[in-house]
Amino acid sequence: MSHSLGTCVVPMNAGVTMKRNGNGKTATARHLEIVEPRQLYFGEKWQYAPSPEKKDHVKLKKHYDLFIDGKFVPGKSGKTFPTINPATEETLAEIAYAEAADVDRAVTAARRAYDKVWRKMPGSERAKYVFRIARMIQEKARELAVLESMDGGKPIRESRDCDIPLAAAHFFYYAGWADKLDYAFPGRKARSIGVAGQVIPWNFPLLMAAWKIAPALASGNTVVLKPAETTPLTALHLAEIIQEADLPPGVVNIVTGDGTAGAAIVNHPNVDKIAFTGSTEVGKMIQRAIAGTNKRLTLELGGKSANIIFEDAPMDQAIEGIIDGIYFNQGHVCCAGSRLFVQESIAEIVERKLWDRMQNLRVGDPLDKNTDVGAINSKMQLNKICELVDAGVREGATKHQIECALPKKGYWFRPTFFTKVAQSHRIAQEEIFGPVLSVLTFRTPEEALERANNSPYGLAAGVWTDKGSKIFKIANRMRAGVIWANTYNQFDPSSPFGGYKESGFGREGGVHGLASYVELY
Amino acid sequence: MATRIPVLKTYKLFIGGKFPRSESARYYQIKGPKGKLIANAARGSRKDIRDAVRSAREAWKPWADRSAYNRGQILYRIAEILEERRSVFVDEICAVTRSGRAAATTEVAKSVDRLIWYAGWADKYMQLFSTVNPVASPYWNFSYPDSTGVVGIVAPEEKSLLGLISKIAPAMASGNTCVVIASESAPLSSITFAEVLAASDVPSGVVNIITGFKAELTEPLARHMDVNAIDYSGRDEATIKALQEAGALNVKRVIIRRDPHGESWLDDSRAQSPYWISELTETKTAWHPVGV
Repeated sequence: MSHSLGTCVVPMNAGVTMKRNGNGKTATARHLEIVEPRQLYFGEKWQYAPSPEKKDHVKLKKHYDLFIDGKFVPGKSGKTFPTINPATEETLAEIAYAEAADVDRAVTAARRAYDKVWRKMPGSERAKYVFRIARMIQEKARELAVLESMDGGKPIRESRDCDIPLAAAHFFYYAGWADKLDYAFPGRKARSIGVAGQVIPWNFPLLMAAWKIAPALASGNTVVLKPAETTPLTALHLAEIIQEADLPPGVVNIVTGDGTAGAAIVNHPNVDKIAFTGSTEVGKMIQRAIAGTNKRLTLELGGKSANIIFEDAPMDQAIEGIIDGIYFNQGHVCCAGSRLFVQESIAEIVERKLWDRMQNLRVGDPLDKNTDVGAINSKMQLNKICELVDAGVREGATKHQIECALPKKGYWFRPTFFTKVAQSHRIAQEEIFGPVLSVLTFRTPEEALERANNSPYGLAAGVWTDKGSKIFKIANRMRAGVIWANTYNQFDPSSPFGGYKESGFGREGGVHGLASYVELY
Repeated sequence: MATRIPVLKTYKLFIGGKFPRSESARYYQIKGPKGKLIANAARGSRKDIRDAVRSAREAWKPWADRSAYNRGQILYRIAEILEERRSVFVDEICAVTRSGRAAATTEVAKSVDRLIWYAGWADKYMQLFSTVNPVASPYWNFSYPDSTGVVGIVAPEEKSLLGLISKIAPAMASGNTCVVIASESAPLSSITFAEVLAASDVPSGVVNIITGFKAELTEPLARHMDVNAIDYSGRDEATIKALQEAGALNVKRVIIRRDPHGESWLDDSRAQSPYWISELTETKTAWHPVGV
């Protein structure tokens, strides 16, 4: 996300427009000395030319069926639902709507494939199928990236450089484990569990499908996956890849629909393992629903992650880290650094620099290669963001929102942060899942830890300081599954991801992610 | 010569390093196999559970902050004291259960050995379950296990000493603190074991033991919002379901062990494992850029 203007120092009288800080007051000279000489501002004089990614190469169909037992089949009820482009509100395609009977068909196919084919296949052979999927995702990367941005609203730069390459990398990483399970768990042997029912969210549609399917297949399980209602397209194109890769029928089944299909998967007696990524609220419902059964469960749920900036932090990198932490993917990130804790001595300058940096965020067409912040995924999500932002204003926090033109159609929300936030405010406690940051201040490391850990969530945390010993102290003491030190929002298939406390249990990625799909004996 | 009248012991609870009576002032009677009254055990209450959780939470951070070497030594110290008091436990187990003297002796000896086994794990499990992750970008990236926090343990009914020790030792090894509901039918050796803990450098609150009726104690423990995990041993399917449902309130990790059961608590291949330590830990992954 870097647009660093680096050393372009311009004298103050060179026509540089002086900007206002978040409180509407002109910044004081002291801050101008530090901030302004490094900041170029061209107002509206420097317009970016549009740089749209072409979509004529995308094989978008008008209608998509369910993928069951190796074939594309309509839902039993014949019902469909539209999937729309949140940036234009246009319908992209009609999608088959799965109900309990369809889920049953998919689970039956997965069970048969597990018993008859997949569990018996040598790991080295399973590996080759999973490698194939990785390669074919790479081959179709451009098409998948465009589809992802059209269906979900995320900037093409992110789907192209992050979502799709990481999805391929996940399959590639886990493929290699398929014939090496005997080395993964010291003192124990691993065996597959059976049929895995997987329910995934709309924020990283293909990537989440990869996180779920790759380790399940590598360890010998078969899969019934339900993508989110608003973003089914890339999962269905993944189904095409799986078909083209000649995976045995039934090994992967993909059913599209809403919570009805999700509940049918969770409650199906022939499903042995549930893997869910989504809200903590639904996660708790699932945990309760499978009580008393022998289903295994892993949950990757919500967060309200703290991003802690110390006064000795590398300032410019930290500002980029704050931006990456909260505005990446419109803030639709479970591990988003949505609570910013800034040491009091630098609070003013951090807020100012953040505000300056935000002016360069380009909000708009997800398919434009210059876009930093795309469309909000759905009307429903936009309403939720607005509700919480209104609550923030009502409860007395100060809102700072950039001004920028927004497209006339579609769902949009301007990057925003709040100052004067109290721990008791809803915006400091609840997951907003949008481009909205709450800024809080602290004086001592102990206070930062105490307040950052004061949350029912524990997914991720950021810490920014040039002092190594401080990093280790904060990293050790934060009750969170992923600690980003002097960075934020980094992901890799070899790196375990998952939460403490109400952010869920189980890990995805690395050898730890394998453990979620095997039984040890 | 007149027979000496023995001095009977009052069995109480073990909370925050102290031995209080139940806040509810209730009791239940523990009788020997022939129906002879052995003791009035404390019948713990919901409030006792809450007090115990508070102690466990206070004790957690300093316990987790101790070095792994130190936690290992303290586990070893418990074994030392238990070794010295073996006959006390053998007598008590014989008085309360149908266990013969030989079987009780075996159980107590195995309890000591199991503590030593986990004492040795305290500074090793982390090396077993940690990884350095070869990420594709220029970052130094590693993952390691961290204690889960406060663990609610429901000890098995049978093998009331060995079963309890087999549950708390792996929880303690990684820095968790625990609230234990003892065997309902044979709770006495649990409380006598608490006296061993109190004499073994175990900080107050690291282990808290409540005796009483499981039917009224397990649910408040499983519903408590400051408990991070529930670790149950037993085969009562209704209890298992209730624990799993209550656990969903704050996304507790709920561990259910139907095995080992009965005599298999003596079987090392089934009743002890470094994976019992790792199941009560959280994997933490840290990233840092590499560069100059």
